[in-house]
Amino acid sequence: MSGELSVLAIIVGIAHSGLRLATPYLYAAIGEMFAQRSGVLNLGVEGIMLMGAYSGFFVTFKTGNLLLGLLAAATVGALMGLAMAFVSVTLQAQQGISGIGLFMFGLGASSLLFKTTLGTVEGVEGFPELRFCLSSLGLNSNYCLSQIPILGEIFLRHNILVYGAFALVPIAWWVLNKTTWGLSIRAVGQNPQAADSLGVSVARVRYVTVTLGGMLAGIAGASLSISLLNIFQENMTNGQGFIAVALVYFGSWAPLGVLAGAMLFSLVNALQLWVQVLGLNIPSDVAVMLPYLLTIITLAFPFRRALQPAALTKPFERGES
Amino acid sequence: MAKNNLLPSGLPRIESMEMRGIVKRFPGVLANDHVDFDVKAGEIHALLGENGAGKSTLMKILYGLYQPNAGEILLNGQPIHIHSPADSIRYGIGMIHQHFMLVDSLTVAENVALGLKSSREPRLDLDRVTTRIRELSKNYGLQVDPDAYVSQLAVGQQQRVEIIKALYRGAALLVLDEPTAVLTPQEVDDLFAILRQMAQDGHALIFISHKLHEILDLTDRVTVLRDGKVIGTRLTAEVTKEDLARMMVGRDILLERVRPPATVGEVRLKLDRVTAVNDDGAPVLRNVSLEVRSSEIVGVAGVSGNGQRQLAEVIAGLWPVTEGRIFLEGREVTNLPPAEMLEAGLSYIPEERMHDGALKEFSVAENLILQDHIREPYSKGIFLDFRHIARHAQEMIRKFDIKTPSQETPLKNLSGGNIQKLILARELARKPRVLIAAQPTRGVDIGATEYIHNQLLQQRAEGLATLLISEDLDEIRALSDRIIVMFGGEIMGIVDNDQTTVEELGLMMAGEKKDLQSLGVAR
Repeated sequence: MSGELSVLAIIVGIAHSGLRLATPYLYAAIGEMFAQRSGVLNLGVEGIMLMGAYSGFFVTFKTGNLLLGLLAAATVGALMGLAMAFVSVTLQAQQGISGIGLFMFGLGASSLLFKTTLGTVEGVEGFPELRFCLSSLGLNSNYCLSQIPILGEIFLRHNILVYGAFALVPIAWWVLNKTTWGLSIRAVGQNPQAADSLGVSVARVRYVTVTLGGMLAGIAGASLSISLLNIFQENMTNGQGFIAVALVYFGSWAPLGVLAGAMLFSLVNALQLWVQVLGLNIPSDVAVMLPYLLTIITLAFPFRRALQPAALTKPFERGES
Repeated sequence: MAKNNLLPSGLPRIESMEMRGIVKRFPGVLANDHVDFDVKAGEIHALLGENGAGKSTLMKILYGLYQPNAGEILLNGQPIHIHSPADSIRYGIGMIHQHFMLVDSLTVAENVALGLKSSREPRLDLDRVTTRIRELSKNYGLQVDPDAYVSQLAVGQQQRVEIIKALYRGAALLVLDEPTAVLTPQEVDDLFAILRQMAQDGHALIFISHKLHEILDLTDRVTVLRDGKVIGTRLTAEVTKEDLARMMVGRDILLERVRPPATVGEVRLKLDRVTAVNDDGAPVLRNVSLEVRSSEIVGVAGVSGNGQRQLAEVIAGLWPVTEGRIFLEGREVTNLPPAEMLEAGLSYIPEERMHDGALKEFSVAENLILQDHIREPYSKGIFLDFRHIARHAQEMIRKFDIKTPSQETPLKNLSGGNIQKLILARELARKPRVLIAAQPTRGVDIGATEYIHNQLLQQRAEGLATLLISEDLDEIRALSDRIIVMFGGEIMGIVDNDQTTVEELGLMMAGEKKDLQSLGVAR
């Protein structure tokens, strides 16, 4: 292989892994964005992801059915989101602490379940890569679009969960900005008293967004265990749930901003993987730290605070103003 | 406008609304004590009472924000139950809250559409909403741009959005909670014209206010509440200001203030082209120059949020000056820390008394020595002298007529009027040379207001230089020798109180600059 070719191959490789690795960030952060836009900060994303990763993996491992696994992850995630909604909306508990509680629960429960039901690290056959072959259209050809140089190699060699994650971005934008539900969510996160005075149920909006956020976090976990890595091990999310929360701030509570943040982080991740593959003389810990450092730096910009939903973390009580 | 007998919800349009025997208890307070109140289509009915008399509680019950402990609500003679704002909207009740219920980050059209079914669910139909808003704007003279963000609108425009929101939902009964508090006199006239037209169209209107002349000017009937009870309901045409004041307070009240002539002395406070900016670097005060002399009260008028708060805080040393200079008795004090401003003879009654002016968990005696607790005679060395503090508290409670169970009572258990008297007592006890009084009687009952006004006039007679900042134009006119009007952080004009008119002040409050000559006088 000539030097030039390998540089191109590396770039294609980084871009391809970047898209893949963005998947869990996108599911988790878009879900968290909905919760935050309605005024609830759910710090438990990491714990939900772990439980989603475990249940997705376990069901797939036992049944061999990936869709059942995905459904299990989404259901467990939604239930944990529902629990968070109950604690933060109905009981009006302090959101930061209850989120951390949810994380600890997810961390502990997924480890315990792993030890009692699996015991060792097993593997499953994850979601297969789609290749967009012409033969699937009934054409008499062996050519697949994924073979298209560079573009095909980067964009057309992913599994369905990766495409789903990217499709979620415009859908989220549309729901938030173009539907009556989105309007209610935006209003409830900014001024719940005003929304309530117009007959919008603040509690219902928050229950739905937090439960939806949990469901997406569950899917984010499954995207690790049955689509990207195809194994389950303890604490396999390794902080990605917390980065997802940070991405919401980083992306200024907007789907496109979250996408930009997710891509930036996943590309840095991919770069770091390649740095290790190529055996460059940079400690891999530095590359692992990089995204976190980036988060802290971006969060320090004060203009982002102005974009923050005004009622974020504040429980709502009727009649108070 | 054609009169429709059905509301958008399909329910019959409101011809009459009656509240019977409403009781609402809060821990330790009977907010509504068997209140009867009614309003008919085509009528403007005033609800008058002091702060804490129970007006807002009664209206929050009508709007479904509170549930009553007893009593019933009848629409067109039929008893109904209102469990939430959604219910009251369905019945055709709309409410313009004192603190606007608008989402700043949304456009006018989005605020109006919020909570409504769209004609093409789940998608929004903002184009249709915009068209309807334009129609309503035209019918009632409610000028507003449907595509503007609420955060860009002036307060008067925001109020119009609130009215449009209610009309859009087909409100046949509209409750307006202190709607004039934030408006210029001209805007008040415009609002009244709109309200009269709505009444003519068959709307029932409930107008909450404590401004007597507005009630006499606008309404058909008036119901007075005191301590949660109805004192009486009268035809407005048959009562005088004095009657209403007596019903509201329970005794004769002096409505007019006597401002005896006084000879002003030397300049005590001087601002020379002071400019200040906010966190984003946008100017909040531009080139503000003014003087306050001994034995003079200078009033600062203006619609809320036009730099008055920053003006007070700049002088108190709480907000940095970026350009210009401030002098206290000839000595430059620009950007000195608050403690040194106090040392230099400044006293400050802040606008947010519970937030900036006192500590609600602390006792009355402790609050009376804040700022001076580190000084003799309240402390000796590192120890507080509790005997002296107690004696001081007793003296202040007596002298300033502060109604409190004891000097050990936590401040939060006192009424707004008594807390304000306490702050006034503390600030005046320091024998200041200059007093900044920001909204000294906001939310304070009439009795305490009368007392505070008299104290300010008394201090004026004794030589104090006072800068009185107030959004209540009546208060400014009653007490000030000269009046400064602020708009957008700038001084629009400085006029002599005895030679100006409400119209002139109103124009300046709306941003019209008086000729520069009058500004020159103040320099």
